[in-house]
Amino acid sequence: MANTRKGEVRFGEQLTRAGEMARSAFTSGPGIAWVTVFLLAPLIAIGVMSFLTTGEKTFAEFPWTLENYKRFVGFGSFGFDPLYPQIILRSVVLGAGTTVLCMAAGLPLAFFIAGLPARHKNLGLMLVIIPFWTNLLIRTYAWQILLAPHSWITQAAVALGLVEQGAALYPSTFAVYIGMVCDYLPFLVLPLYSSVEKIDWTLAEAAADLGADGPRVFWHAIVPQVAPGLVAGVILVFIPAMGQFVIPDLLGGAKTVMLGNAIAQQFGQSRDWPFGSAIAFLGMGMVLLGLWVYGRAAGEKGGDML
Amino acid sequence: MPTETAAIEVENMVRRFGEVEALSHVSVTIRKGEFFSLLGPSGCGKTTLLRIIGGLDLPDEGVLRIGGVDARAIPAHRRPVNTVFQSYALFPHLNVRDNVAFGLRMKKVPKPEIAERVRKVMDLVEIAPFADRKPTQLSGGQKQRVALARAIVNEPTVLLLDEPLGALDLKLRKQLQVELLTLQRRLGITFVYVTHDQEEALVMSDRIAVMRAGKIEQMGDAEALYEQPRTRFVSQFLGTCSLLEATVKRRNGAEARVDTPVGELRVEFGTEPGGAAARDQFTLAIRPEKITLSPPSAALGENQVRARVEQLIYVGSETHYTLVAGSQTLAVEVMNVRGCRPEFDIGREVIAHLPPTGLVVLDD
Repeated sequence: MANTRKGEVRFGEQLTRAGEMARSAFTSGPGIAWVTVFLLAPLIAIGVMSFLTTGEKTFAEFPWTLENYKRFVGFGSFGFDPLYPQIILRSVVLGAGTTVLCMAAGLPLAFFIAGLPARHKNLGLMLVIIPFWTNLLIRTYAWQILLAPHSWITQAAVALGLVEQGAALYPSTFAVYIGMVCDYLPFLVLPLYSSVEKIDWTLAEAAADLGADGPRVFWHAIVPQVAPGLVAGVILVFIPAMGQFVIPDLLGGAKTVMLGNAIAQQFGQSRDWPFGSAIAFLGMGMVLLGLWVYGRAAGEKGGDML
Repeated sequence: MPTETAAIEVENMVRRFGEVEALSHVSVTIRKGEFFSLLGPSGCGKTTLLRIIGGLDLPDEGVLRIGGVDARAIPAHRRPVNTVFQSYALFPHLNVRDNVAFGLRMKKVPKPEIAERVRKVMDLVEIAPFADRKPTQLSGGQKQRVALARAIVNEPTVLLLDEPLGALDLKLRKQLQVELLTLQRRLGITFVYVTHDQEEALVMSDRIAVMRAGKIEQMGDAEALYEQPRTRFVSQFLGTCSLLEATVKRRNGAEARVDTPVGELRVEFGTEPGGAAARDQFTLAIRPEKITLSPPSAALGENQVRARVEQLIYVGSETHYTLVAGSQTLAVEVMNVRGCRPEFDIGREVIAHLPPTGLVVLDD
């Protein structure tokens, strides 16, 4: 009689091969179907479309071309046009600026919450998350009101001499960054907090014992321990912030074109779907490049954190 | 009095956590070059005292002098003291070599000198083969040696060790105890060693301070502490003792005849009798290895009592007897010189000899 394996034991439960497959289909099937229909298929469609030519009457038609990509990096059919490279730069600057400001605000905040007595910690985290319960658009409109000419914030700025009487704090770059940081701060604080909470403070004691003063204790004993959370937070802020266009529109006066605006435009007014697809795909390519770099640098621990 | 030979002086130190006095008016002088142990159960204050010496905590009251200099205002990173932590506290993002070199880098020692000193110390504690490994790739014993190397490479005036062998298995612990002792003798650095393991303290220390509830109960060299415990706690914490309540019948200079639950005994008061010796009632303690057993006979000599074997435990090299005589229990340890069969079975009557030299008068 052959000794064949009839199945696996998982968490104490015995499953036959057929049972296992049925189980997998049930648990991961819906997820796979969703991702295929709503993510994979559109991605492939856009990818294909980015290599097609814009038609006069149709959305896209053959022949295959690289014209869309060339145009986006500035080398379209009419010579060098820095328009789109400028858009990329503007978006990267927005993303980077938001990230830096979020770090400046988020690091102290994460340490502060971690230092609260246990019963107040959850409250602190809740306060960071609660804004999310309100729609982004509504929160952004709220900032319009708060930064309008006669709001109490603007009046305070006038009183401090920072702004002239009658002027408004929005639309402006200042307002855009306020809106951005308020939106993205939780994305940095939460992963960072999970690292900060797990800090082994005896390492700080060891560093001090070995001759490190305050700043050096922070750099040698604390920063390496929060690095995974910090990097995860940076990625979670930088990448979406780079593609953000709603907040710059609403708080910046819709005068500048960001990456997101450009894509929306092509699929809207300009009816240039292939070009829009190319922009979208290039944007995604930059993101994937960043993630790959992060993956190489941070190794397995970073991947877990993300 | 601050002296040239004092490495650490603690005077009247108090440390409170809320209502509790973790250190209650503790004073101790640790001599240069000695291996000094703070021994006691959890919560006795030994780790608190160590941390204060290291600068990781501040006392509420009291004076601390390191090498004759008032150290209380000196922050941890500037004290000539290094600590080996119980959890090793190795930097996980640095390899062994960089961990060991950390203190020297902080002091901005020139690179060639760092390399040389690190190499020497790594050879000394035998960790050179894994200089490039990260702490997560090391065993407990290896981590402990790295922690040790990282501390001693700085050539501190005093090395503080906080139960460094606690997480290791028995054999490894015993091996490292001897290694630490040898290392200390070789380097000549003053060691202050915290432990709750009395055997460890006895093996390694020149002097031991037995601590309880924030106070030093008794301090002295290992032999003095073991042979002449002054309190019940010390007699039971370092090894074990049988305790006998004694009432004085007759005094005769430096000795006395006392009544105990097992009969009359002759007691000798040592050259420095404690205050208790002048009292009419006190507690006697006797170590289990000091009591000798012999088969029952009709006549009883001086300090010999009749008892019955209630329990015996075979420990390999020794047999531990529990004897009962009336209401009194006696613990006796006998070396199994002639093979493993115990001389006296459970239930047998024996004669136990409690020599006057083995009877110690306790202060409490």
